[in-house]
Amino acid sequence: MTELVYQYPLIAALTALLALGLIFGALLGFASVRFRTEGNPLADQINELLPQTQCGQCGYPGCRPYAQAIADGDAINKCPPGGQETIDSLADLLDVEAEPLDAEHGAEKEPRVAFIREDECIGCTKCIQACPVDAILGAAKHMHTVIADECTGCDLCIEPCPVDCIDMVARRSGISHWHWPMPTASGGALDIIASDQEAA
Amino acid sequence: MLADYALLLVGAVLVNNFVLVQFLGLCPFMGVSNKLETAMGMSAATTFVLTLASVCSYLTYNYLLVPLELAYLRTISFILVIAVVVQFTEMVVRKSSPLLHRVLGVYLPLITTNCAVLGVALLNINKSHSFTQSLFYGFGAAVGFSLVLVLFAAMRERLTVADVPEPFQGAAIGMVTAGLASLAFMGFAGLV
Amino acid sequence: MKFIHNIHGGIHPPEEKALSRPGTVLDAGLPNTLILPLSQHIGAPAEPVVAVGDTVLGGQLVAQATGNVSAGVHAPTSGTITDILMHAVPHPSGLDNHCIVITPDGQDRWQTLVGISDFREIEPSALVDSIHAAGIAGLGGAGFPTATKVLARAGIAIDTLLINGTECEPYITADDTLMQTNARAVVEGAEILAYIVGAQTILYGVEDNKPAALNAMQQAVTALGNGEHREVLTFPTKYPSGGEKQLIEILTGKQVPSGGLPADVGIVCQNPGTAVAVRDAIIDGKPLTDRIVTLTGRALSQPGNYRVRLGTPVSHLLEQANFNPGKKQRLIHGGPMMGFALASTSVPIIKTTNCILAPTAEELPEPPPAQACIRCGLCAEACPASLLPQQLYWYARAKDQEQLEKHHIFDCIECGACSWVCPSHIPLVQYYRAAKANIHETRQERQRSDRSKARFEARQARVEREAAEREAKRAARKAAAQQKAATADGEDPVQAAIARAKAKKAQATLNGESD
Repeated sequence: MTELVYQYPLIAALTALLALGLIFGALLGFASVRFRTEGNPLADQINELLPQTQCGQCGYPGCRPYAQAIADGDAINKCPPGGQETIDSLADLLDVEAEPLDAEHGAEKEPRVAFIREDECIGCTKCIQACPVDAILGAAKHMHTVIADECTGCDLCIEPCPVDCIDMVARRSGISHWHWPMPTASGGALDIIASDQEAA
Repeated sequence: MLADYALLLVGAVLVNNFVLVQFLGLCPFMGVSNKLETAMGMSAATTFVLTLASVCSYLTYNYLLVPLELAYLRTISFILVIAVVVQFTEMVVRKSSPLLHRVLGVYLPLITTNCAVLGVALLNINKSHSFTQSLFYGFGAAVGFSLVLVLFAAMRERLTVADVPEPFQGAAIGMVTAGLASLAFMGFAGLV
Repeated sequence: MKFIHNIHGGIHPPEEKALSRPGTVLDAGLPNTLILPLSQHIGAPAEPVVAVGDTVLGGQLVAQATGNVSAGVHAPTSGTITDILMHAVPHPSGLDNHCIVITPDGQDRWQTLVGISDFREIEPSALVDSIHAAGIAGLGGAGFPTATKVLARAGIAIDTLLINGTECEPYITADDTLMQTNARAVVEGAEILAYIVGAQTILYGVEDNKPAALNAMQQAVTALGNGEHREVLTFPTKYPSGGEKQLIEILTGKQVPSGGLPADVGIVCQNPGTAVAVRDAIIDGKPLTDRIVTLTGRALSQPGNYRVRLGTPVSHLLEQANFNPGKKQRLIHGGPMMGFALASTSVPIIKTTNCILAPTAEELPEPPPAQACIRCGLCAEACPASLLPQQLYWYARAKDQEQLEKHHIFDCIECGACSWVCPSHIPLVQYYRAAKANIHETRQERQRSDRSKARFEARQARVEREAAEREAKRAARKAAAQQKAATADGEDPVQAAIARAKAKKAQATLNGESD
């Protein structure tokens, strides 16, 4: 054996490397079978963070498809109902930069719920069919009403209504929803110039 | 006897720390140290790879290359060994924590090119370490790497929320901090 | 003498207690109008049980409690219900809230009050009902409905009742005055409360800057003579020793666990004013309709402690105390540490109003602009809850909710000691308040989105199921039709139908032409 090595060092080297390669290849092959993974649990984790309004403003038909897209590498700043907070938590989860909301997909608005003006409702059920979370109560030729606690504010019911009787009202308003605002950099003492004041 | 191994460990972890004193493995050090959890995951992965690669390299060198007088092939075969171990580790990580896998991203396979890993393998040969010495040396290097990575990640987390002047934000202040940490670790010189 | 413990941190701001002459109660009299907010407590607002135009007597229920954590509102005097509307209320936001407005008729007629002579003959649960019916909420400043607080909870035994006569905040002397003038009522109320919660021991905590109150309490406790397990304890003055958890640690050495309640260590804490209100409710049958309010500050020429009917507008009291407003005058509801500025003087006194502070600009200057944090750590030294205010500050600025919760932000009692010591004048407590609110909001939004996701998925499932059923029916119909065609005499049913239609049409045109 060693004579072969002395005579043909090149062969020996190649054989050695080949042997190594085969052993390790076998090891890896075994490992790839043993440690196989199914599905894409990352998309589920991303979906948990999205606001579930199912509004489609991100360009995808619902929150789950967008979550899948993010898992495949799409930008995280396309969700207006989630706002900057959702972008920040997605950035945290995926360890990427948190960019500001992409203006192409809409602006961040205060959370709203739909409200049906019952005097004008004709009972056509078009809004009921449009609502992605079944938050509208009603039946054909019967009064329709929005269950405010379940409404996500996705705006999908506004268009189908033939008599345009649905308003979007602010969800969080009044004294019970007020909270102390985060102080500004100057601590508030220098906010006498109106343009320097931030909205509470 | 035990004292020798202890000295070897202390030397690898503190005195000749691979990252801050010997300046090897700086890529994952700067790249993965943004968050503490990521850093801990990375240090666990690197410890696993380093220890295993160190042992495998020793075995490959002493029982395959040297008998066949192919010592000159050690660099290539060590890289091969390290690549395989890293690939194996990647599979394990992807299975056990898909989130960590996604978060570590490209840095996990980049452990292959982590010069600290190859450095440990080659240094073991240079210093003619025995099997146990190689094991301890590799493990010590990994512990040193993990220690520094975790410390640095904790500091960077604080830096993220601190009032850093804009020109310094991000990697710049990170480098400055790393330099100061390196200065601190040079205080261990002469300990062993 | 019981061993007194010390709490971590704390500060010693100037007390300014003598300014309001504790020990004398002045009568604020009847104002022209009484504005009773429906929410003067923690929990769900009360609901009106009267209508505009109704005549009410003093002590009559005008709004009833709703739900488990709520308190009712009673008319403080006889008069007419003039309005039920949104009115300015004492709240840091300056926003309005639902109020009942009563115009007193000046006669101060009261409905018949029925009291109990010996409360020990009554079941504790019945006494709790009486407390609930009297609309009593904690008068120390937080306003937690007392009936809910003393309600027995399964598996939790109370062994000590603590009466919190600390009143650690500067300027305020309402509890001091109460203890000096009516110590006996405090003790009687405490006995009732101890009986209700089943406590064996009653401890009265009075800071050492109130020697007269301490004396009065000591005498009252000895006079009532319920023997051992009744102690009046004094301890060195420090802000904020009067915080529930801090007082418990000082007097008993026990620490309430993080995120827990004093009941978890077998203790219930009550304000002396609440104890007197309980006594009045049980023994005299009188609901909560008035309280002692300290009017103080150098912008008033006649500061003092006034007995005020709930609903009295602040403007009426300021008249009584001879208010001399300066430039940029602030009116503070509460004390200088934990109070908030009022937006108008038309706001009424509510159950939780212990003080109206009218400082001059020199007395309590506006805080200077905040500067950068120099990481000195004085805030951590001052924190009575042993938290790390500096870390909470950085994380609040970075909006890092996870780290905030890890640093126990919800254990912050918002006492303001950290802001007080900060050399950069950073309004730390505001950061924590905003951060806590944001965390609550995030949790709520998360719950909402989980619910929406569940509903969406349920709807998807329903739509798919309906589509599948329709499909199945269609397939069944088609199969049935094909079966029918197969059993028929080979005739194509479609062609037959077309032929029938053609025949019918031909018939119709024939008939039409013939007309």
